[in-house]
Amino acid sequence: MIGQARPLAAGQARPLAASAAGTALLRVAGLTKVFRGDGGAVHAVRGVDLSVARGEFVAVTGPSGSGKSTLLHLVGGLESPSSGEIWLGGKRVDGLSQARWAVLRRRQIGFVFQFFNLVSNMTVADNVELPALMSGATRRQARARREELLAELGLTSKAGAAPGRLSGGEQQRVALARALANRPSLLLADEPTGNLDSSNSGDVLRLLTRVHDQGQAILLVTHEARAACMADRVISLFDGMVVDDAVVFPPLPSSTTAASVLRLGGDHGAGRSSLDPC
Amino acid sequence: MRLPLLALLAKEPAHGYELKSLLEQTFGQAYPSPNIGQVYVTLQRLERDGLVRSQDVVQAARPNKRVYELTPTGRDALAAWVEEPSDGPRIRDDFFMKLALSPLTGATDQMALINRQRRHYLGLMRGLSRLAAGADRGNPISKLLIEGAMLHLQADLDWLERCQEELV
Repeated sequence: MIGQARPLAAGQARPLAASAAGTALLRVAGLTKVFRGDGGAVHAVRGVDLSVARGEFVAVTGPSGSGKSTLLHLVGGLESPSSGEIWLGGKRVDGLSQARWAVLRRRQIGFVFQFFNLVSNMTVADNVELPALMSGATRRQARARREELLAELGLTSKAGAAPGRLSGGEQQRVALARALANRPSLLLADEPTGNLDSSNSGDVLRLLTRVHDQGQAILLVTHEARAACMADRVISLFDGMVVDDAVVFPPLPSSTTAASVLRLGGDHGAGRSSLDPC
Repeated sequence: MRLPLLALLAKEPAHGYELKSLLEQTFGQAYPSPNIGQVYVTLQRLERDGLVRSQDVVQAARPNKRVYELTPTGRDALAAWVEEPSDGPRIRDDFFMKLALSPLTGATDQMALINRQRRHYLGLMRGLSRLAAGADRGNPISKLLIEGAMLHLQADLDWLERCQEELV
């Protein structure tokens, strides 16, 4: 039946999440994950609801052990949930087989990890072309996309290099290029600045912001506030549950200076900067 | 602003406007731009305390300008300031009071307090990121102060997590 909704059988309820999932790119409802080991059951994710709209940049933050990485792995199909629903692009995906997930990850989801995970015996160019080739692009298409991405991320001169010869920041930019190769609708990033120094972190965050400005939806897991605050919305996890879900409002540009932050509620009375009048 | 002004005068005498623009050049947007009135008031007080002295310089076709220079006492005060270790920023004790006393006031729950504070810090962090990416990118002094403020904010956020773990 094409171009016509299938009528519901009598007594059959339309799944509740389907209508809500229509507007959100990603919708997660009642998600749980229990790891069972020798030491008993660990409830890593305990009933998480969240959604990411098309083009939205959402950060998930929380202390280590709060379940944020597990949540990202569930959303990317790297782990399967114990219960709950995951909807991506209006389709329910939590029950998919590993093979179907692999296809979904190639076509719709880009992944960036803390430790880059580049293929070490391939050049930068080949690393970035690989996802396109695997999903059926011609060599020419893959090369054109790779050239575009490397130029965009300032890596054109590194195309022929082995990943191991690059700095951490450069390797993460290559990983970002690879993640974006197939124009995913959702980019998942797991502590992408966790292994970088301050200046390289800044570069990677600026690039994430730029691809978001071009319309890329991003779900970023991080314990670094500097990364989280770049998102439109920050979700705080604690003990496997969402404790806050807030839009980030920066103060007025004129009211934030580094000095005003450093003396924020500092020592009473002397809560002033060195350049204040005395 | 007393000691920064003494420091700027250590190299050579200067008048008020020169000092204001030197401060701006050095610190970029990391500090709020000093108001010229504040600069003059501070210079007067420094002179009253014997740390600087001034004299009027006659200018053709313009009002006289007052040029300030360090006195030996001023030079000693500057040396003492440079040599003494500086206090670090303290814990955000106003927030801590609210948090510690909230079971007594009953006004709001601790989780809500922590969340509100975290949102505030994240907003500040975003403001600083903009500052760092914007006009001050080329100014190393300003960049360092912004980075310092970011690291302090990260520490405050980590500490909020600790409060959450212990209290909530």
